[in-house]
Amino acid sequence: MTGLTVRNLNKSFGALKVTDDVSLEVAPGELHAIIGPNGAGKTTLISQLSGQLASDSGTVNLGGRDITRMPMPGRVRLGLARSFQITSVLPGFTALENVALAVQARKGSSFRFFAPVATEAALNDAAMRALAEAGLDDRAHVLARSLSHGEHRRLELAIALATDPKVLLLDEPLAGVGGEDADAFVDRLRRFKGRLTMVLIEHDMDAVFKLADRVSVLVYGQIIASGAPEDVRNDPAVRAAYLGDEHGEAA
Amino acid sequence: MTETLTAPAAGRAPRRIAGRVKAAACLFVLFALMPPLAAALDDPFWILIGTRFLAYAIAAMALDLILGYGAMVSFGHAAYLGFGTYAVAILSSYGIHDLSLQILAGIAVSALFALVTGAISLRTRGVYFIMITLAFGQMAFFFFISLSAYGGDDGYGLTQRSSLFGFDLTGRDGALYYVTLALLIGLFALCHRIVNSRFGRVLTGIRENPVRMEAVGFAPFRYQLTAFIISGCITSIAGVILANQAQFVSPAFMSWHRSGELIVMVVLGGVGTLAGPIAGAVAALTLEEGLGALSEHWKLFFGLFLVLMVLFSPRGLTGLLEKTGLMRGKS
Amino acid sequence: MMNLFILQLLNGVQLGVLLFLIAAGLTLVFGIMDVINLAHGVLYMVGAYLIATFAAVTGSFWWGLLLMLPAAVAVGLVIEFLVMRRLYARSHLDQVLATFGLVIMANEAVKMIWGTSPLSVPMPDILSGSVPLMGPLQYPVYRIAVIVAGLAVALGLFVMVNYTRVGMLLRAGATNRSTVSALGVDINRLFAIVFTLGAVLACLAGALVAPVLSVDTGMGESVLILTFVVVVIGGIGSIKGAFLGALLVAVVDTLGGVFGPILLREVLDPSAASQVGRMLAPMLVYILMAVILFAKPAGLFGSRA
Ligand SMILES: Nc1ncnc2c1ncn2[C@@H]1O[C@H](COP(=O)(O)OP(=O)(O)OP(=O)(O)O)[C@@H](O)[C@H]1O
Ligand SMILES: [Mg+2]
Repeated sequence: MTGLTVRNLNKSFGALKVTDDVSLEVAPGELHAIIGPNGAGKTTLISQLSGQLASDSGTVNLGGRDITRMPMPGRVRLGLARSFQITSVLPGFTALENVALAVQARKGSSFRFFAPVATEAALNDAAMRALAEAGLDDRAHVLARSLSHGEHRRLELAIALATDPKVLLLDEPLAGVGGEDADAFVDRLRRFKGRLTMVLIEHDMDAVFKLADRVSVLVYGQIIASGAPEDVRNDPAVRAAYLGDEHGEAA
Repeated sequence: MTETLTAPAAGRAPRRIAGRVKAAACLFVLFALMPPLAAALDDPFWILIGTRFLAYAIAAMALDLILGYGAMVSFGHAAYLGFGTYAVAILSSYGIHDLSLQILAGIAVSALFALVTGAISLRTRGVYFIMITLAFGQMAFFFFISLSAYGGDDGYGLTQRSSLFGFDLTGRDGALYYVTLALLIGLFALCHRIVNSRFGRVLTGIRENPVRMEAVGFAPFRYQLTAFIISGCITSIAGVILANQAQFVSPAFMSWHRSGELIVMVVLGGVGTLAGPIAGAVAALTLEEGLGALSEHWKLFFGLFLVLMVLFSPRGLTGLLEKTGLMRGKS
Repeated sequence: MMNLFILQLLNGVQLGVLLFLIAAGLTLVFGIMDVINLAHGVLYMVGAYLIATFAAVTGSFWWGLLLMLPAAVAVGLVIEFLVMRRLYARSHLDQVLATFGLVIMANEAVKMIWGTSPLSVPMPDILSGSVPLMGPLQYPVYRIAVIVAGLAVALGLFVMVNYTRVGMLLRAGATNRSTVSALGVDINRLFAIVFTLGAVLACLAGALVAPVLSVDTGMGESVLILTFVVVVIGGIGSIKGAFLGALLVAVVDTLGGVFGPILLREVLDPSAASQVGRMLAPMLVYILMAVILFAKPAGLFGSRA
């Protein structure tokens, strides 16, 4: 089980400070939710953790190893995977092929030029398992561009799972998913608890409070509170800055 | 940014792949029937021209490997034709006339050039990549222009015929033609394998969405660079054939117009299909010859054709054929 | 030796100023519209042919220059309206193909209209002759005039880009296209203006060199690729980068050919030095480009890679 430690992370876009001295301790095996209003800098933080964006200063540490300067592919191979808030898949590939590529990235070399990849059982089997875990195995042979929005969200999850992550960064996996679909998704995530360390960004407060072991609140790039869900829910600063109106709406 | 290519997704439906292999096989059979036909018409000119067509088909297919499957619009590919042609000239001046050695030499130089220029060009994207590959192609062009030992600007005539393992190739009996056809078929099989392999899937994945590929653990650069090198090497084989076909080499083989024509061939035939660019090479060269026979100002019409094709038929000749109903649109 | 150096340096600056005129439009078109235009060299050629024609008809270089300008505007507008406008939203591959087609067409059309033999443009009387520089050193007045005119245009462009509303939009557009449309600006008109401006500058460059070079169909080709090198080195979308890049490329190109062999003689024997020097000289600017790109993939002043 691997944990993630973030120390004094910063990021500015021009004059706009989007990540402001963020420190975060994600314990091995916990599900750590990060909530915050729109534009708080949640996606930016995930991008910095995953290596898609370079940080201005601060350190990121995965299971005791400093990965601050490591590019994204290297981090994935160490077991740090992310999903995207805005679906980012290979539209011309089938769902199975999308996931099989993620399996391929960790299984053996990709400098193989002759053997047909479409019939590699090892890749396809592992990909099917990841699809089943994400609840998309029945749509394995459909082109990604033809999948529905809810299916795209599940494909995002399946791809991330297929990289065999130790720490999973989920950027609003439930965005735009509602009703039964959302419940099934929450159940799925709950099953990963204890097996994976997860950082979950989510606007759906019901989901957050059902799943999270700990919650951090990000406002204007700063963590203003961090702790057990109940403590955070009752924190006056959080209520004032964020939950006050948002939670009222949700209820 | 990612190039938004109009190519249909490659390597998807197995049925479409099989269709392409069949299309290529039909082309190969037609090519094989050409020499007997030319003999029947008693016109060896057709064999000579046919060899040229086949050589360009090899080059266009090689370019498609990176342009169609990797979204790398290389505008300097004529340089590799040039390395192939000059490999023939330079080896022949040292008394070496064997085709296999010529090909090896062309490949060696091309691999090196592609490695260095590719490593620099691939740090950039979009218009940068196009302009930088163009500039490097021009650099190679100027290098051979100033190579006065081999005629510089004027080129260099080959005095001795080439052979393959002792067999004379460049007589008028079509030996070179059939060797070229064999190379084309072999290289098509190779490219077909590559695009359907693990490596090919990564390459196409990077074309579709590079960020996603990084997010599952692939660093695009090394795969793109490898594809770039493979493509350059295969293109140089076409250059070796062209030198032997013309018995003459000159920097004109590597002018930037030639690079442009290679792109035209790929797009005419259909980007990202391998078999398409083979047909595209034949179509483009036929168009040039045909227009050339009709008017001395054929280039005006060729240029106009390109402009109109882009403006009105975004999917190239395939799109054009589908539009006019000559070919059934495939899903 | 020193004299040769100064002469070549001036020649380099003159070439640099011309390259800048061509590159300025190209870099704006690339930067703002993200369109690759291979036909930009054609405009340079057309400018030279236009002034050759008008000067021949009117018998005066100055009338030729004056008439060339509106004709250049017309050429720019027509190409923009008929072709470029339809390419903005297309892939780079489409842009490459269509503008490559334009190049082929234009070269042939020029051959049909003006024939294949090179034209020449008489030098205006007041600008012919040479002026003494220092000691025995003479330099042609016309070349000095070209440098001055080029620098004046560069200055004008600099003022326009930095102190006018259109310039503000151009700068905004070069770094972030969506801002410009968000400002409620008619993007199509802005594009047409930028493209035409670039076309006129390229035509002007062609017109200015016409009296010192022979006017022929190949003239746009070599310049086009040098201009690409300039734009890539300077950074796409940057006028400042285009200016420095143009001077750098031109000076390296001019001095390298002359002084490369001389420098090489220090390390090689004379015949080898001149041999290697002659081979390396035309490749120098590309090597320069490679080195700069290796250090800075987005060019000297580029914001986007
Ligand atoms: N590449 C960028 N350049 C400039 N500004 C950016 C960039 N990416 C994000 N921002 C700005 O940074 C701020 C934080 O954006 P971010 O996407 O991280 O927020 P978020 O918390 O994920 O919001 P949401 O809940 O809407 O997903 C926003 O104001 C956004 O406009
Ligand atoms: Mg977000």
